[in-house]
Order: sequence, then C-alpha cells, then structure tokens
Amino acid sequence: MKVRELVSTLNLEVLTKKSDLEREIKGGYVSDLLSDVIANMGESYVWVTIQRHINILGVAKLKDVAAIVIPRNLTVGEEVIERAEEENIPILRTEKGAFEIVGLIFNALKG
Amino acid sequence: MPVDPLQYTPKITLEFKIGEKDFYMAGESASRTKRTLQQLGLNQEVIKRVAIIIYEAAMNVTIHATKGVLKILIDPNEIDVITEDEGPGIPDIDLAMQEGYSTAPYEVREMGFGAGMGLPNIKQNSDELHIETKVGVGTTVKAKVYLKEGGFTSA
Repeated sequence: MKVRELVSTLNLEVLTKKSDLEREIKGGYVSDLLSDVIANMGESYVWVTIQRHINILGVAKLKDVAAIVIPRNLTVGEEVIERAEEENIPILRTEKGAFEIVGLIFNALKG
Repeated sequence: MPVDPLQYTPKITLEFKIGEKDFYMAGESASRTKRTLQQLGLNQEVIKRVAIIIYEAAMNVTIHATKGVLKILIDPNEIDVITEDEGPGIPDIDLAMQEGYSTAPYEVREMGFGAGMGLPNIKQNSDELHIETKVGVGTTVKAKVYLKEGGFTSA
C-alpha cells in the first residue's frame, strides 16, 4: 500500500505539503524510544510516535521511513515540518490515539 | 560483474565531529555512513548493524560528553566504528552495559533518548567491542564488524 492510499483510507492529515506520498509501505512500527526504533523498525515502514522534536527526522532518515504518523492531533513545530519537507519525509497526523491508529493501520496494511 | 570496490580503495575513513547535545549530527553521521556503505555494495545486514552502532555511539557522545570525534574505518575485512570523547567517563562499565541502566538527564530521556539501550545495542551488533574510559577525562569506544562472511554479497 502506498502512503497516499493510507492517507485517504484512514483520513490522515498531511502536515508536510511537499513530500512524496507515492512511497510503498512495507510495514508499521510504534515506539517512542529512539534506540528501540533504530534497532527494531524495518525500512520503508510507517512509524507511529508522539515524539515530535527535530531529531526524529534523523531516525526517520536512517530507517528510510515511508511516513511518520503523529496521534492525538499533537502539535508539530514549523521547524520540524520544514525540515521534514527538505528531507522528503511525510509527517501525517490523526485525531485518534496511538492504540487506535495502530490497529487501523495494521488492518489497512493487512487488507 | 560484481567487483569488490575496496580492492581499489584499500581504506576509507569517515570522520564526524560531535558536539554536546548535537543530536542531529549524531543521526546524520549514521545516515551518511549508511549511504557510503550502500554505494560500496555492502550487504543490507552489515549496513544495518553498522548504522545502529554509529547511531548509538554518536548518541552516547552527544548525551554524555562535552565533545568528541566519530571515526568510521572501512577496509576489505572489517568496519571499525570509533568514538573518542572528552567527558565524564564511565565509572562502572558492567553497569553501563546493562540494558535499561542509564545516567542520561531527564530532559534527554523525555525526548526518547537515554533509555539505557545504547551500549547494549552496540554490543549486540558488533563482533568486537573495546571500551577504554577514565572518569573525569573521557571515553573511547571501538566497535568492530567483520566483513569476511559475505559482507560484499549485496544480494
């Protein structure tokens, strides 16, 4: 499934206006511990996290994420969004909590 | 025809300066090295292991030390990831090697760093790990990844 399809299926908000949504998603991961993400997340995954500081982009880039998903409509700073656009990392957002959105993403990717 | 690129370039050294709380550089150093290793045609598993080691080693420097240098030495047989820092040193290495043990400050942990997984992750992903440390002076970490067993089979 492509990022664009996930966005439309789950009605996600795209915070990064300039980013590639044509990437193919190979799986998903949820964690706020960056060491855990670095060690255990696969490449081209969607990453659900409540961390929103600039350094998540370093992790995202290293793991070549398909997209970052921010739950609970949490605020993401302008600086982070701009840098994500430069690095071509889509940041998506949902009003749902992490538990719920992870379940929905899981089903969407499985289906 | 697949060739061993390092046959022609016996040794490649990458070097990054890591400053205090310069988290972005720590991430960048891992990303840039990863790209270099991909261009050299190393296999995915080796690249993944080296990237984890670099990320964690650089994070340790940026979280705990005042400054440091990260060096990555690539030769046909092995990759060495070395950090040399000026910082507090490690009073008890065995304790520092325990998963979950951390001396990282609260604000760093709140960002999702400093979970006490750094050194354990480095150990898990390296074939050799050497740590030299002097309390109040600094720490040198040398992690080695062997390339002998198909490091270049990019399939």
